[in-house]
Amino acid sequence: MSGVRVLVGTRKGAFVLTSDGKRERWDVSGPHFSGWEMYHLKGSPADPNRIYASQCSGWFGQIIQRSDDGGKTWTQPGTPPGERTTPEGTPKGESNKFVYDTSAQTGKPLTTHMWYDGTQHPWEFKRVWHLEPSPSDPDTVYAGVEDAGLFRSTDGGQNWQELAGLRGHGTGPRWQPGAGGMCLHTVILDPSNPQRMYIAISAAGAFRTDDGGKAWRPINKGLLSQYIPDPNAEVGHCVHHVAMHRSRPNVLFMQKHWDVMRSDNAGDSWQEVSGNLPTDFGFVIDVHAHEPETIYVVPIKSDGEHFPLDGKLRVYRSRSGGNEWEALTKGLPQSNCYVNVLRDAMAVDSLDKCGVYFGTTGGQVYASADAGDNWTPIVQHLPAVLSVEVQTLP
Amino acid sequence: MIRVILPGHLRALAHVSAEVQLDVQGPVTQRSVLDALEAQYPMLRGTIRDHVTQERRPFLRFFACEEDYSLEPPDTPLPDAVASGKEPLLIIGAIAGG
Repeated sequence: MSGVRVLVGTRKGAFVLTSDGKRERWDVSGPHFSGWEMYHLKGSPADPNRIYASQCSGWFGQIIQRSDDGGKTWTQPGTPPGERTTPEGTPKGESNKFVYDTSAQTGKPLTTHMWYDGTQHPWEFKRVWHLEPSPSDPDTVYAGVEDAGLFRSTDGGQNWQELAGLRGHGTGPRWQPGAGGMCLHTVILDPSNPQRMYIAISAAGAFRTDDGGKAWRPINKGLLSQYIPDPNAEVGHCVHHVAMHRSRPNVLFMQKHWDVMRSDNAGDSWQEVSGNLPTDFGFVIDVHAHEPETIYVVPIKSDGEHFPLDGKLRVYRSRSGGNEWEALTKGLPQSNCYVNVLRDAMAVDSLDKCGVYFGTTGGQVYASADAGDNWTPIVQHLPAVLSVEVQTLP
Repeated sequence: MIRVILPGHLRALAHVSAEVQLDVQGPVTQRSVLDALEAQYPMLRGTIRDHVTQERRPFLRFFACEEDYSLEPPDTPLPDAVASGKEPLLIIGAIAGG
């Protein structure tokens, strides 16, 4: 019988939640990496037992963890516990080495971006926000990092190389951090075209490559932000998250700082589809597994008040690809709820009916086994949830 | 034999439960001890000092014999008591938060 595995990253460890296809009873495993910030965990579509995890700490920096048995055991890639580095052996302890490429070979070595005060500031690696495994190769995985950059590993996370064309394509010196840091938080791989990828950066905007990551261009036309006077600004947009349905890789949905947006031409242009949302500020956005026009957001009151409007936790669903939205409330708290739902903290499974999951900064992970009609908390008292990903298991 | 006491999170990462003991060739300094530590426990590379610059991470401190050696140059010899194994080198995570 098929089942699901929900990978939850929190401020103080990772949790693995598993259930059968009914999604009624859940086993909770964790905390894994207790006490560490777990920004993101994601499984390989090519091998569901292969899971990558970003573990970090203000004291000890970045660690990459990998599981080859579905989250039961973990190792730092290339560094099995107890195995020593030998002079003739393969390099070990490199899986957390993220070094920006400033070589002349990139053509445009770039070492500064815009700081909050408008001055130029050196690029400084801080952490991995998002890990995106390849749909076809378990050993290939992308890492979106802060300060914004995109790295790739082709050896299962043992070594990382920057795709420097992104920072070097020309607008890099104008990128500026958002309030959460200058993070590359979204990585989307086009399942129909291995050469095409989308990424998003706060607060630079969305970018696309059509040649496997060598050349990049901003795809922010149509994004309008009150704090950017120039309506044609190429970069500077605070994109919070982008989602795509794998059957229609040219259609993108975006939760911007304010505004829910849609593109039907691979990001070449965007139009607003906020429609009747009670507020169009928010972080998460996702697409139903089987209905590419059905999308989900969690409206948040404002950028100054990061909690749901009126203390009511409501997921909004549009079955028309935006503009017309319905509130989904059954099973969700409808009074005195002041949690946030962060940008990587919503995911869907591909069972029938589609399961939808999201985590809150209050430590709840909610699940719906019927595409959002009804919700139940799987767990209620975890540390603040940073990310939620779902694997649908055979 | 050099003795090193790690903070709890790094002990978990290195899969050790108590202090670690290291063979250090030549002068016993911050650099030589950390080189030996990372050779024996490569999963700690990058967690105590930066991969590239080899600088101490800002929120970690090095103590020995009740003295703070964090700001000493990395090739400064550590106390004889550390070199002889009588006293450990302590790697401590700064108390931050409040």
